[in-house]
Amino acid sequence: MNMREQIEAAAARYPDQRSAIMPALLIAQKEHGHLPGPVLEEVSDILGVERVWVYELATFYTLFHTEPVGLFHLQLCDNLSCMLRRSEDLLRHLETVLGIEKGGTTPDGLFTLSTVECLGACEMAPVMQVGDDYHGDLDIARIDALLDRLRAAAGQATGAELAAAGLPGE
Amino acid sequence: MFEPVLLRNMDVPDGHLLSSYEAGGGYQALAKALREHTPDEIIDLVKQSNLRGRGGAGFPTGLKWSFVPKRADKPKYLCCNADEGEPGTFKDRIIMERDPHQLIEGMAISAYAIGAETAYVYIRGEYVLAIHRLEQAIAEAHAKGYLGTRILGSDFNFVVHIHCGAGAYICGEETAMLDSLEGKRAQPRLKPPFPAVAGLYASPTVINNVETLVCVPHIVARGPDWFRSIGPDKSPGPKLYCLSGHVRNPGLYELPMGISLRELVEDRAGGPPPGRRIKAVIPGGVSAPLIPERGLDVGMDFDSLAAVGSMLGSAGVIVIDDSTCMVKVATRIIEFFHHESCGKCTPCREGLNWVVKVLRRVEAGQGVPDDLEQLEALCKGIFGNTFCALGDGAAMGLRAALAHFEHEFVAHIEEGRCSFH
Repeated sequence: MNMREQIEAAAARYPDQRSAIMPALLIAQKEHGHLPGPVLEEVSDILGVERVWVYELATFYTLFHTEPVGLFHLQLCDNLSCMLRRSEDLLRHLETVLGIEKGGTTPDGLFTLSTVECLGACEMAPVMQVGDDYHGDLDIARIDALLDRLRAAAGQATGAELAAAGLPGE
Repeated sequence: MFEPVLLRNMDVPDGHLLSSYEAGGGYQALAKALREHTPDEIIDLVKQSNLRGRGGAGFPTGLKWSFVPKRADKPKYLCCNADEGEPGTFKDRIIMERDPHQLIEGMAISAYAIGAETAYVYIRGEYVLAIHRLEQAIAEAHAKGYLGTRILGSDFNFVVHIHCGAGAYICGEETAMLDSLEGKRAQPRLKPPFPAVAGLYASPTVINNVETLVCVPHIVARGPDWFRSIGPDKSPGPKLYCLSGHVRNPGLYELPMGISLRELVEDRAGGPPPGRRIKAVIPGGVSAPLIPERGLDVGMDFDSLAAVGSMLGSAGVIVIDDSTCMVKVATRIIEFFHHESCGKCTPCREGLNWVVKVLRRVEAGQGVPDDLEQLEALCKGIFGNTFCALGDGAAMGLRAALAHFEHEFVAHIEEGRCSFH
């Protein structure tokens, strides 16, 4: 299904089209990597809802990105349970090896580094989400191994995936 | 010996599949409910069981259901609160990942009881595996006739939709969740009207937590007396406890409601790391005021914890050992609430902003002598003056840290530094 068809299928679950804005934004973000103005306008046109309703959700909820993020978005939890298990050390290590500060993206566009509030996986603290996956019981050696795997995966990413992440591609 | 029921399928291979669930007796409670009971009888069973909401507030579930008008000219809705955002809590995620059919069966029986034909599961967007497993389970249940029209030959029709959240803690507040489901920014509503009368799309709506709903099939199958035989009579049942922080065996534990916090932390979860001592424990997610070590002999149930000035909340038990700076703990907790404040009401939005500023300077050793008075004045301005419980939770948490560990705050101000790091 293309983006329009996916959004229309999601909208069929609700009696009111406005309810479909959140699922539509998730679908659009999966397609485009982030949600620039023209994409928000497209979502509003597909659902036939006010543009301001779409903008207000895209800017209220933290999982929506109106600015580009790296191919891999490293989301390290720094809430209490992870803090107690020294997530701060992992943040400092990531900032050092990636050469960026929290909130930044590496110049090659591969990694964006963020801290996030509780991921609901405190039994495996410290924990970090990358894309769809949770990585738990982290320490510096595991972080390094994970970064190596992600770099290798980036080498095999398709042109469309790289383009969606704002990268030049092959 | 306590026999786990809510987590009984956790270690079953492929426990998330319908075939595994059915092999363990799954969906027989739904069949029994539809065959042997009227909707009102199910509500009565749940009332008799004394089941109280597991999302945090502990409101009696059967009573909540009974507020839904019997006759309504609008469709009724069931909403499952799976927006598990309370720091320290991960029980609902694990249920949905490993035993999603248990939740679907619980929702189907609950919807039958209140007369709803549609349910929305509001599940946080980060829970990608749980979302996938639940989608798969819903499709399997449809194919087998546990969802859809004329379920198991009865007149009951019921469908379940998943609605993914997008990273806002406030969506766990039930009226903010309804606004979010309606496609708005998640901000709490003024009550009344209560959701049972005018909730989703201004229709009668019941919102229940995942763990609450998965208790329901067991109450139908084994009876309310069985449920009440576990734990304290006013707050009974099997209970999921999420153990994290400074313990040797973090994880999800199912034990009777009312178990002692000390037993839970020291025996079940193995106590603190070698050479360390417990300093304090947060019993119910960061909204619950912390309890210092000397207070650990308290029962983990709604009433016992309320009696000592804390709360069971989501039973996210966070253990803090003696290597930890409590000013740093308090600062991190308040930074969280400040970040998640929805911005609707001034005491929470502006008050928490000031609390964070003061706490950060105290933590950095730049506090001034009247900062503790400032913090109490700010708490006073927030507590009881906000639309929802977010601001109250922040104020209560900070007050508990100040009450039990004031000497650490004072030391930061007087010495101009943190002695822990």
